[in-house]
Amino acid sequence: MALIEIDDLTVTFRSKGREVRAVEGVSLSVEPRESYGLVGESGSGKSTILRAICGMAPVTGGSIRIGGKPVPVPRGRAFSTEVQMVFQDPYASLHPRHTIDRTLSEPLAIHGVPGRDARVVQALTDVGLPPAFRFRYPHQLSGGQRQRVAIARALMLRPKILLLDEPTSALDASVQAEVLNLLNRLREEQGLTFLMVSHDLAVIDHMCDRIMVLQHGRTVEEMTRDDLASARMTTAYARSLFDASADRMLDASTEPTP
Amino acid sequence: MSLLEVRNLRVTFATETGEVQAVRGVSFTLGHERLGIVGESGSGKTMTGRSVLRLVRPPGRIEADAMTFDGRDLLHASEREMRALRGKRIGMVMQDPKYSLNPVMTIGRQLTEGLRLRDGLGRSDATAKAIAALEAVQIRDAARVMEAYPHELSGGMGQRVMIAMMLIPEPDLLIADEPTSALDVTVQAEVLSILDGLVRDRGMGLIFISHDLRLVARFCDRVLVMHKGLVVEEIEAAHLMEAQHPYTKGLLNCLPRIGGSRAPLPVLDRAGF
Repeated sequence: MALIEIDDLTVTFRSKGREVRAVEGVSLSVEPRESYGLVGESGSGKSTILRAICGMAPVTGGSIRIGGKPVPVPRGRAFSTEVQMVFQDPYASLHPRHTIDRTLSEPLAIHGVPGRDARVVQALTDVGLPPAFRFRYPHQLSGGQRQRVAIARALMLRPKILLLDEPTSALDASVQAEVLNLLNRLREEQGLTFLMVSHDLAVIDHMCDRIMVLQHGRTVEEMTRDDLASARMTTAYARSLFDASADRMLDASTEPTP
Repeated sequence: MSLLEVRNLRVTFATETGEVQAVRGVSFTLGHERLGIVGESGSGKTMTGRSVLRLVRPPGRIEADAMTFDGRDLLHASEREMRALRGKRIGMVMQDPKYSLNPVMTIGRQLTEGLRLRDGLGRSDATAKAIAALEAVQIRDAARVMEAYPHELSGGMGQRVMIAMMLIPEPDLLIADEPTSALDVTVQAEVLSILDGLVRDRGMGLIFISHDLRLVARFCDRVLVMHKGLVVEEIEAAHLMEAQHPYTKGLLNCLPRIGGSRAPLPVLDRAGF
């Protein structure tokens, strides 16, 4: 049975009497331990889908089920032990005046989980940071280290599902490689399910088993990783994204047509 | 003759804990071509670009053995002479339209300001020229954009407005600092082709600063790879795949590729250099 099931999801923002449909009739399902990618340009609704799952966007139609059960409104504590999110900008997503220790222990305190000390140390070790980092503040860490902390924070309650919203787009290429490797290792070790958003097709291709291309809040095309690798997309839009993707630019064999 | 020559450029910042060299001896020459400068954060690529216009604020200090633009000595030019060069002969496109456009001025006013003050054009002439510049960067409803404020434009539009603004004085050299990193891939391709056309049609020189090695390789003629304030490698863009320096190779290899292996990505060994 699919772990994440989204059926005909519609998200509508209302402001000043205007309605903006950010997501319109999107359906997808993600199996346990699968990694599913959402690709699209800004305004395609890809991040909004993640936010809708977490209850941070106004769902006006359709349904979201996690493990077969409709998500509760409001989401509540049980939900946060199952689903967690990693945000794009590690400079903005960690509390600047909280030490790493406080950031990581807070979810444990809220949920009354015992053995906080050991779990904070374990979490830092899991993401490849020295335990002494717990006494630092975010501004004392580099971007890549902050993103590692953000991932550690998301994993504190041992969730089954990680929602990843452009987790590496604010990072340098070499740091991106480290964080992607870390995410893949954690997925393997902890049996996680990923729903990942990115504008970078090469990143999505590296990380995900199946891919959905979105445009203007609607599904354009859903494909497997093999389809993408062998350029078997059926829509012109997906192909234009593929052609513009930076990683194709070095191959003499795939020189794009002028 | 080369358009720009920079020899042994150093940018130093005096901090509480001593001097920090952001750029430690960079040399290059530029003709009417597209030169890419690539590097990760902190490599000194942006400072190199800003130094050419002497846009480094104290406590930053620019030193060089020589820095000449079209026969003029940039190191010893007065502020007044520099002002005459900035914008008019050497343009610069900044990274983020959100922070580089004036949020409380309409696009039209920002675009015509220079034309009216510097070139002394009348209102209608300036407006006509601004609209032509917007059309040159493929903004279709230029009249509407002229009336808009920066927050009413998308990132791609804002970036094109900045490029239009820099191109109005028809500079001989354009320094573009991450001009497309805030943009979607398809918009990015459009902006690059606009820049490309301008280099070709006007014979403009271009310094393209970016963190994206593959993008630079595709778009530029020649690439300087910077690391910790030094140029570690200079290479023809077409031969980038044959790069020799371990840092350049490391940067290339750590990028995921469509259809590539799913094994862990090679990680840069920072201790190596």
